[in-house]
Amino acid sequence: MEFTRRETLAVGGAAALVAMLPKGAYAATTEEWIAEFTGGADMADAGIDLTAPEIAENGNTVPIEVSAEGASEILVLATGNPTPGVATFKFGPLAASQYASTRIRLAGTQDVVAIAKLADGSFAKASKTVKVTIGGCGG
Amino acid sequence: MADGVKPRVKVPKSASAGEAITLKTLISHPMESGQRKDSSGNAIPRSIINRFTCEFNGESVIDVTMEPAISTNPYFEFEATVPEAGEFKFTWYDDDGSVYEETKAIAIG
Repeated sequence: MEFTRRETLAVGGAAALVAMLPKGAYAATTEEWIAEFTGGADMADAGIDLTAPEIAENGNTVPIEVSAEGASEILVLATGNPTPGVATFKFGPLAASQYASTRIRLAGTQDVVAIAKLADGSFAKASKTVKVTIGGCGG
Repeated sequence: MADGVKPRVKVPKSASAGEAITLKTLISHPMESGQRKDSSGNAIPRSIINRFTCEFNGESVIDVTMEPAISTNPYFEFEATVPEAGEFKFTWYDDDGSVYEETKAIAIG
């Protein structure tokens, strides 16, 4: 099979398009995570607190805190990471409060999202932008 | 098993019945994300702790599902209610099947 100049350009263009896709694919994955967690339900803005630094010097270890009164589960996502999942906290009957603090990796400046499943079965979402000076995905 | 995995937990020695206490846990673990490459450009395979649980006398306090975005030496801080004297049991589950456990007794006083 021989390519004409025009066909070669078309093939090259398609390849470039495919190469640009992953960025969009990440966003889809974040949405997939959210859809899987909430089952497509609406999310309120109130009822969950997410604490994260505005600027993180080192993306390898960024302290975050989540709390949502009465929540049974809290999902944390880093929308700009190669894989958006961070952690899912499930609170048992002996949890004194629906609060947890941990340290996470962020590949670069991005939004961190927390979604809580509240006691009445509804969902609440909080989001925070964290500026990262040095990314935490190694090189 | 990853080398040198050592769990550390901080639990008060005693509490009054029904009191809410703060627990802090740290485990030394590289949490290799699977994203990094070694000096010759080969991807270093993922090796992380994927689940952490805390129970008090067999009843669940918290159950965390962890992804590669959790930092090296995973740290967790959370709060638990202590209804009676007993024992906290902390369990970490490694990708390679290893399970690391730590227990701490707490008295009522």
